[in-house]
Amino acid sequence: MSWLETLRTAVDALRTRRLRSALTMLGILIGIAAVMLTVGLGQGAQKQVTDQINKLGSNLLIVSPGSSPSAGAGGVRGGRGTVGTLTMDDAAILADPAVAPDIARVAPVSSASLALIAGTSTWTSSIVGTTPDWPAVRARTLSEGRFFTADEVIAESPVAVIGSTTATQLLGTTSVVGQTITIGGQNVTVIGVLTAEGSTVGGDQDDVVLVPQSTFAARLSTSANPRSVSTIYVEARDAESLSAAYQETTKALLSSHGVTVATQDFTVSAQQSIVDTATSTSRVLTVLLSSIAAISLLVGGIGVMNIMLVSVTERIREIGLRKALGATPTVILRQFLVEASLLGLVGGLAGISLGLLGAVVLPSIVSFPVAISPVAAAAGLLVSLAIGIAAGVYPASRAARLAPIDALRSE
Amino acid sequence: MTALLDLRGVSKTYSSGALEVAAVRDVDLQVQAGDYLAIMGPSGSGKSTLMHIIGCLDVPSAGHYSLAGEDVSGMTEAQLAVVRNRRIGFVFQQFNLLPTLSAWRNVELPLLYAGVSRSERRQRALTALGRVGLADRVEHRPGELSGGQQQRVSVARALVTEPDLILADEPTGNLDSASTADILALLCELHEQGRTIVLITHEHEVAAAAQRIVVMRDGGLAEPLTPSQAVVGR
Repeated sequence: MSWLETLRTAVDALRTRRLRSALTMLGILIGIAAVMLTVGLGQGAQKQVTDQINKLGSNLLIVSPGSSPSAGAGGVRGGRGTVGTLTMDDAAILADPAVAPDIARVAPVSSASLALIAGTSTWTSSIVGTTPDWPAVRARTLSEGRFFTADEVIAESPVAVIGSTTATQLLGTTSVVGQTITIGGQNVTVIGVLTAEGSTVGGDQDDVVLVPQSTFAARLSTSANPRSVSTIYVEARDAESLSAAYQETTKALLSSHGVTVATQDFTVSAQQSIVDTATSTSRVLTVLLSSIAAISLLVGGIGVMNIMLVSVTERIREIGLRKALGATPTVILRQFLVEASLLGLVGGLAGISLGLLGAVVLPSIVSFPVAISPVAAAAGLLVSLAIGIAAGVYPASRAARLAPIDALRSE
Repeated sequence: MTALLDLRGVSKTYSSGALEVAAVRDVDLQVQAGDYLAIMGPSGSGKSTLMHIIGCLDVPSAGHYSLAGEDVSGMTEAQLAVVRNRRIGFVFQQFNLLPTLSAWRNVELPLLYAGVSRSERRQRALTALGRVGLADRVEHRPGELSGGQQQRVSVARALVTEPDLILADEPTGNLDSASTADILALLCELHEQGRTIVLITHEHEVAAAAQRIVVMRDGGLAEPLTPSQAVVGR
């Protein structure tokens, strides 16, 4: 008997027991859909975190004051920001190509949270003092106006570039560039607006006011040492020179601070290491959730085996008759295997469809991205087929071994 | 000329625990092509076991059985399946039709296992149903047919492979007298067309339809009877 005829016979057998076949497939369906959705959610979360961290800029090193127990290996920095050990001088040393040839740009950042006033509106925002390289280092662009220049930094000019959220909150939808806002009693003129970026791991990237570092130090800083900065962003020339830039930064700051690795009072963290930490965290979660989903898939497989066993018992007379009429044990084995595989395969296909539907519909409900992975879909299909076959082997071999006379005799 | 069925010293013993029960003992039986033989006997006489051996549904524990010159005594389950498919058409007491399939789909089953193409299967199944007078019932399911009609479908299924032997096991056991006469007439007709028929029954009237009768008693063959003796022996 050909495979095609076997398939037809199996389809007939499953169709005559529609409800039961559908319920059996449901187990596989739910299992496959659950695995697809958890894997999709995990990958979506990973991608979101990675994207957000990458939004900080590319080939980025982040130098923070304070030491870290893990010495920059992860994102945990003990005592970060608690001591003002980084200064504008450190930024100047790192920007020197003779000291650090693999560093392309440096953007020191000092920040404070201050009240803003424009006309009758007030708004509290993060005020950041920095240098003209900031947009390049942080991979940001301007939607309106311009960024401040090196000359304006030297001149301590009262100018500011503001984020789109700040602009909307403080100045409404009217033309922003040229308006004057008051920060901590100082009048500054808005010269540019940043292109909206959205939220990242660091909070709303569009609620910010950027002023020249010198202006910040002279007029706005509340710190005891106006030359201290809270973070220095360092951009390496390219991805290959990132590790060299990391070494140069550490070496230069160790020597300028006169400290050793043991007494290091700053932390250099590579953006990649933050990505890795975040990724590995969400990967652990994905694996955990997927294993739970995989258990439901296993339960579905046991359901298929159960139903196939019941089916063999129920159809003893049919099996006996088919054997009497000339079906060899192999043909009977195949028929039951194909039936079980079909249950698995069709259940798997339905599960994948449900999983894909979920991946499309779910993000709009939970505002969380769900990745659609073709690999997960293909794997799900293979797994459901394998489960069908595995669950069918035992019942099928029982059916094949039945003696035709015993089978015919049974009532 | 060798016999179509040739049983020599055939025995079948079943062991249940320490006890050995001989269901069939040392049976010698030859059936020529074109014969119409009835095997009679009360229940427990071993006629069902003998029928299973003749039908290649079981193998003898001792002795030899040749079907159409082929020794089937030592064949494997898979080989026996092929022999059953090619050489034997079964008619069962319980009809044994699959309730979910239409009449013609039931009739085509042996051809399915013989590897015949779909279109030829349908055509041959329809021809066989025509021969048993059910040309207008081919799409009916067994549940929609009377007992006599169901047994006609199973006769059609037995005929469809053009087998060497038609083996009927109590074919009228579940039928009323009108249908019984109907099926017996059909078997006679097939015999007249040259088919070899072996009929197992415990009813004298049914056995009387055959050309030759053997009686089983306690697992062995008793005196052969002529059909007229069978009627007298009631």
